[in-house]
Amino acid sequence: MMGELFSSGHTACAGCGMTNIIINILRAAGPDTIISNATSCSEIVSSQYPCSAWRVPYIHVAFECSAAVASGIEAALKTQNKKSNVIVIAGDGGTFDIGLQSLSGMVDRGHNVLYICYDNECYANTGVQRSSATPHGAWTTTSPYGAEMHGNPAGKKPIAEMMAAQGCKYVATSSVAYPLDIQQKVKKALAIEGPKFILIHQPCTLAWRYPPEKTVEIARMAIDCGLWVLYEIENGKLKITRRPSFRTGVKDYLKAQGRFSHLTDEEMEKIQEKAVGDWKRFEGLEKTTAA
Amino acid sequence: MQVTKVIEGSHAIAEAVKIAGPKVIAAYPITPQTHIIEMLADMVAAGAIDAEYINVESEHSALAACIGAQATGVRTFTATSSQGLALMFELLHVASGMRLPLVMAVGNRALSAPLNIWNDWSDSISCRDSGWIQLYCESPQEAYDTIIQAYRIAEHKRVLLPVMVCVDGYYLTHTSEPVSMLTSLDGFLGDYEPEFKLDTENPLSLGEYANPDYYQEFKEAQHNAMGNALSVIGEVNEGFARKFGRGYGNGVIETFNMENASHAVLTMGTLSSTIKYFIEREKSDVGLIRLRSFRPFPSEDLKKVCSDVRSIAVIEKDISFGSGGAVATELRSVMDIPVASFVGGLGGRDITLKQIKEILGSTGKSGEGLTFVGSRL
Repeated sequence: MMGELFSSGHTACAGCGMTNIIINILRAAGPDTIISNATSCSEIVSSQYPCSAWRVPYIHVAFECSAAVASGIEAALKTQNKKSNVIVIAGDGGTFDIGLQSLSGMVDRGHNVLYICYDNECYANTGVQRSSATPHGAWTTTSPYGAEMHGNPAGKKPIAEMMAAQGCKYVATSSVAYPLDIQQKVKKALAIEGPKFILIHQPCTLAWRYPPEKTVEIARMAIDCGLWVLYEIENGKLKITRRPSFRTGVKDYLKAQGRFSHLTDEEMEKIQEKAVGDWKRFEGLEKTTAA
Repeated sequence: MQVTKVIEGSHAIAEAVKIAGPKVIAAYPITPQTHIIEMLADMVAAGAIDAEYINVESEHSALAACIGAQATGVRTFTATSSQGLALMFELLHVASGMRLPLVMAVGNRALSAPLNIWNDWSDSISCRDSGWIQLYCESPQEAYDTIIQAYRIAEHKRVLLPVMVCVDGYYLTHTSEPVSMLTSLDGFLGDYEPEFKLDTENPLSLGEYANPDYYQEFKEAQHNAMGNALSVIGEVNEGFARKFGRGYGNGVIETFNMENASHAVLTMGTLSSTIKYFIEREKSDVGLIRLRSFRPFPSEDLKKVCSDVRSIAVIEKDISFGSGGAVATELRSVMDIPVASFVGGLGGRDITLKQIKEILGSTGKSGEGLTFVGSRL
């Protein structure tokens, strides 16, 4: 029985969004695909010797170099006149932080690789520590709240825009809430030659502190309140791919998660203001780049 | 057929890489190995070598790219020195643990701090336990030959371990000597046939996570492969000598003047040439053992060759702080005769004939303690 290219039986948490993301990536990419995986939840839960959840060729080397490994794979395929999809799957820690250099190197050299970051906004694998993808104000074990600190003091690094600025041929954001959006964007990316980057929002039941059955709901709320914007950037043109209804308020989204439970009304309002500003900025970018 | 040209060690290495035919070369510059990757870039640009050349953004990524490419079924090459090797440290263990037969040249250079670009062995010696075979060369000719041998050793089915070809920075990388180069490998190195690879026709998972139930056996298997490498290095050295007329001792050690020696001196790399010159000039009764393979460590060969000597002096360009010279420490663990440890040449300081004379003349025979050669402290 072939079924999914990412099989059941892995050891991910109940309610984990990451495994759904991988299933949908592989539904779009198909069996002619090689995966370079960064050290992460996705690696630990899927490849415990002597088992593997992967029905496509898979390699894990280390935390910070999955893009460099993919560069080597792509180069080696070229010398053998093979044209398989080469896809990196990494978490936000392995992308925004420790893997940023090798990712930037891969983009700089123009390798024909699709880099996909599933973003659960922290180092979940090591027990929920702050990464540079952690949003402002969020609790993690290394951005706790107390008299001197009220959650993460910094904000989220604009990684997708950075990748677009560096010259990725295709950049997109997506979300575990919309599997077909993931599939469409992966298919589109794979049809384009050169370096591509997709950032996929992935609520984490363990780190974000909500009941496991709410993963998709929380992911939808993030989009609907305007905090997570779905867009793609192609040839310098930004296109918003899903317009929020704004029926969900930023406060509703924040209050649905334990990681924001310490925030004051004033702090939540500031986050709301920033969301409005960000949304306006993206709308503006869509208009100006389309012209 | 062979062609002899006067070329520097770095270029000899690049020529050897060319004939060995890796398909992917990942390169990042660092002194003193840079001439190797510069010449390889020229070769790729000129179409003289059919390889993808990846200008990576760090040595860490150089090794990562080589691991990715080698796992996809092709021969690879990279080169580094000093800080670069230190940056690779994490992935050295990954490459050997994944049993990928990579070959890398190391232009041996001191480690910072203080920053220093000159030769000693502290970089590769610090990577002693990373699971890489380490072969130390004495001449540009040997560097050339050893690169070719290294692919054969690494890819041997009983070995499947990566190999570091260690060459003294400047003394070898930047010194020109006549080097006889092969016009054909004449079947010495066949096409690379990997035991396993990333292949969409036959999907495998590489680089998995192993819990305590499984991890240890992987490490034991690596150790056993190192044991196999001892004889394979010898066989490859012998096969190379038969085919091309050049060999280096029994592959793991080379001796000089040991027939009549009552005392021995042991070293690695280019320092051997200075000691050989001294022994010949002074008609010394001291024999020289040149350790070619530091990993695997040829304990039995060393015991055998030292069966008739009363003491050994080790002169080495590395220091394991709080213990002593790494080579001497290791030698002491297998010898039942006195082993005197001399550490010198750190950060590129010359070890002079006068100092060698002192070592071989008196202290070297006492087998006591650790001496810093030419210490000013």
